Amino acid sequence: MTDTMSPTQTPTQTLPLDAWHRAKGARMVAFAGYDMPVQYEGIMAEHLWVRSHAGLFDVSHMGQLLFHGPGLDKALESLLPGDLQSLKDGRLRYSMLLGEDGGIIDDLMATRRGEHFYLVVNGATKAGDIEQFERRLPREIAFDHMKEQALLALQGPEAVAVLNALVPGVAELSFMQANLFRWNDVPLWISRSGYTGEDGFEISVVARDVAALADALVADERVKPIGLGARDSLRLEAGLPLYGHDLDGNTTPVTADLLFAIGKRRRAEGGFAGALRIMGEIDNGAVQKRVGLLVDGKQPVREGALILDREGNEIGRVTSGGHSPTLGRPIAMGYVAAALAVPGTFLKLEQRGKLFQAQVAPMPFVPHQYHRKPQGA
Amino acid sequence: MSLYFTGEHEWIKVDGDTATIGISNHAQHALGDIVFAEVPEQGRSLNKGDEAAVVESVKAASDVYAPIAGEVIIGNSALADDPSLINRDPEGEGWFFKMTLADKAELDGLMDEAAYRAWVATL
Repeated sequence: MTDTMSPTQTPTQTLPLDAWHRAKGARMVAFAGYDMPVQYEGIMAEHLWVRSHAGLFDVSHMGQLLFHGPGLDKALESLLPGDLQSLKDGRLRYSMLLGEDGGIIDDLMATRRGEHFYLVVNGATKAGDIEQFERRLPREIAFDHMKEQALLALQGPEAVAVLNALVPGVAELSFMQANLFRWNDVPLWISRSGYTGEDGFEISVVARDVAALADALVADERVKPIGLGARDSLRLEAGLPLYGHDLDGNTTPVTADLLFAIGKRRRAEGGFAGALRIMGEIDNGAVQKRVGLLVDGKQPVREGALILDREGNEIGRVTSGGHSPTLGRPIAMGYVAAALAVPGTFLKLEQRGKLFQAQVAPMPFVPHQYHRKPQGA
Repeated sequence: MSLYFTGEHEWIKVDGDTATIGISNHAQHALGDIVFAEVPEQGRSLNKGDEAAVVESVKAASDVYAPIAGEVIIGNSALADDPSLINRDPEGEGWFFKMTLADKAELDGLMDEAAYRAWVATL
């Protein structure tokens, strides 16, 4: 028996919770340059636990950057296509760092934090992002890579009750809202956000105190620690793209079907990296588009599989795929020729010489459970 | 009846001229939650080392190779409906297929149970 897809081993760094994960029985793997927990009791059980209770994820590998300086909104808007000027204090927005050609260098969360903007970027790309920001932002914009901060995510329908018991007041946050709280004497920057499709929170805490906070969270029997394996299957079910797989420098916000992240004002005004190409794609349509795929049968179809039209012509590739624990069937996402990116379209997938039937499906595959306040509230 | 293991974590239970093939407890544990298994068709002729079956966990796909030469007598049809049998009872109900034993001499290079368990404990 041989793994056909074992991860490559490279020298790795350890995260503040390394010993904590090992003590909890985690199986550790190399990911984004760090030793990280891929699973504790098992991916399937962990996945279903998050959908029904609350799961604690260590995402301290991600980069936390705090920007300040005169004209910060406009400076960031030159690289990010989101409407940051209209973003209120304590609100966050999903956005992307774009190359001058409009390709996606990374996807990220941007929060207005008083005079600052706080960005959370992917772990595997943070070094490159920092280089980009240093090179492409005006000299008067400074930023701090908050290496001393760990980052936890608490996700699932019971996350709000659990966290509000420890940190009273967090229940008042609505989806994509953040604020500074205190737990004992420890300052916590908490946002109501995440990458599982569930209601939940992301908590930035100084590394020195992260083990105590993680202990306090899992002391609640509604919380279990959750590894990267379930994080991947949860975000796939939620239709959320993963950088380095579903997004890369050859994709744009239009081909990646992330147009919601480009504000109306930004579309009208342009003025962001790659705007000419991206606005052209908005007006004229892009060649390819990211779609969801429901795969027939039970066998997972994974990243790299070919996507064929009904005549057998290659029209794209699967960029993420696997078993959906919630749906009990294989699901995938990938890029297809724009004309075939219509839900209901029948396609074929080819993996290791074997053909699979698939159908383009709307995403998310599993409905989001975000805690949105009623409009106008 | 005797039990053998390969370095690829397959087990071979030999009963007369028939061998039953599966993956070891160590293998199922390493794979994690198994969501799909495909076993060879009855009558298929296998050479030693041929890709005989596929097993997929949530994480990854793996091939199961024929540890010996022979002809497939039957695949375990229960795995199609419930591949998690391989997790629950890998060295029993979670067997993959039964095959004829073309050349008993091929068993000579395999580990016996004690040797396999001792080796796995070092991994």
